[in-house]
Amino acid sequence: MENLIEINNLTFRRSGRLIYDDISINIVKGKTTAIMGPSGIGKTTMLRLMGGQLLPDSGDVKFKGESIPNMSRKRLFEVRRQMSMLFQSGALFTDMTVFDNIAFPLREHTRLSESLIETIVMLKLQAVGLRGAAQLMPAELSGGMARRAALARAIALDPDMIMYDEPFAGQDPISMGVLVKLIKAFNDALQLTSVVVTHDVTEVMSIADYVYILAEKKVIGSGTPEQIRNSQSPLVQQFLEGKADGPVPFHYPADSVQQAFLGAEL
Amino acid sequence: MSWAVNWISNIGAATINRITVFGRATLMLIGAIIAKPQPAKLIPLTIKQLYVVGVQSLLIIIVSGLFIGMVMALQGYTILVGYGAEGSLGPMVALSLLRELGPVVTALLFAGRAGSALTAEIGLMKATEQLSSLEMMAVDPLRRVIAPRLWAGIIAMPMLALIFSAVGILGGHLVGVDWLGVDYGSYWSIMQSTVDWNKDVMNGVIKSIVFAFVVTWIATFKGYDSVPTSEGISKATTETVVFSSLAVLGLDFILTALMFGIE
Repeated sequence: MENLIEINNLTFRRSGRLIYDDISINIVKGKTTAIMGPSGIGKTTMLRLMGGQLLPDSGDVKFKGESIPNMSRKRLFEVRRQMSMLFQSGALFTDMTVFDNIAFPLREHTRLSESLIETIVMLKLQAVGLRGAAQLMPAELSGGMARRAALARAIALDPDMIMYDEPFAGQDPISMGVLVKLIKAFNDALQLTSVVVTHDVTEVMSIADYVYILAEKKVIGSGTPEQIRNSQSPLVQQFLEGKADGPVPFHYPADSVQQAFLGAEL
Repeated sequence: MSWAVNWISNIGAATINRITVFGRATLMLIGAIIAKPQPAKLIPLTIKQLYVVGVQSLLIIIVSGLFIGMVMALQGYTILVGYGAEGSLGPMVALSLLRELGPVVTALLFAGRAGSALTAEIGLMKATEQLSSLEMMAVDPLRRVIAPRLWAGIIAMPMLALIFSAVGILGGHLVGVDWLGVDYGSYWSIMQSTVDWNKDVMNGVIKSIVFAFVVTWIATFKGYDSVPTSEGISKATTETVVFSSLAVLGLDFILTALMFGIE
């Protein structure tokens, strides 16, 4: 199995705070890899490191064997045409119609004729079920539709890899089902490599080929969904079952209850 | 002695911080307008922005120019008439507008009307991940978003300042000639013989170009560098207006001293 992305011994700090401590992750080509973990541990940061928007303090991120942190800006922009990212907010350009949003990367990076661009855009919109919404403005779309439109834009240039940042967050059950189906379909039909960052366990376990669970600055569990479900680690089990208390404590670290409510003399 | 050491180290930290911000702003400027311009993409985007920052600022500029011209004529008349010199009302209004009020007031209005809008727009693009998504689509946001806005501001403001001055002179005419009875011929002819093309008109235009550059630079940088939260964007917008206004007034003094101060 060929790795599209290899993250080796990566350490990352933001404003002095340690986010990742010596993490290694492999993204296998043509597969769907899920990166899960509680909120606030920097899952989005991981995608930004893969996209070269952030630089690691130590360790390396390799895309097709090439080191992303060591690339020139020019080369990085060339590499980014092969990857694509679906942002949590969709990040559609609010001053353009849905059609122009999806045509945007094509107009920027190709010299295709306008009629060919129109055909491609309509095909992509058809794939996400929004051909009828081509002339709407992003503000007129529901949250689920905005994310599907953004997904159409993400596949406009037929990338090798798509990174999904919390694709299911804040979606109703129907649009969640639609997104799960689309991610799966694109992965199978377009031979894409998918990286899904999420904390929606059930949805992503149904489509992922391989799962990494991040917590406490490290990878605490990895394997196929089956292996993860059978994991003995209490941390992994707490996460999968959504228990309020466990290795990840319910309480944010604080002084003792006695001290806080009954005075320091006790 | 520790308070003294702390005090000095605080000054040092604040200085380093300011210099770092200035360095980031300069890097943004270099990335946006110096590094490899792509005219074919830049020009249509700049024209769109010219409409937003220029054409949409016309109304406030024209109305303000008219009133300032009218007030100047009224104030000038009451003083000049005491010396029997109301014939000099024309050059008084024209020189004040072309040399000072045109460029300065236009820059202040521009900072409030267009500068704050630029900061808020770019800040919100950052908050909604539009800038990030441009980067991930291998499109440089400095060239795509910042550069057209910078150019549009730099081109629009000198034109707005000239319109401001022209409308102000007409406002002065309205009050001075039509209302207070200053002689029509002397209003215009003394103005024509007194106002110098290079010394008065062009110096005003140069001032305006400098202000345009500084205000638009501050506005775009504050948006680009803003903390992408509602609080951060509100702070950035306020800072745009405050910093641009102070920069315009400070630079105006320096430019005036250079242009008119030493004969």
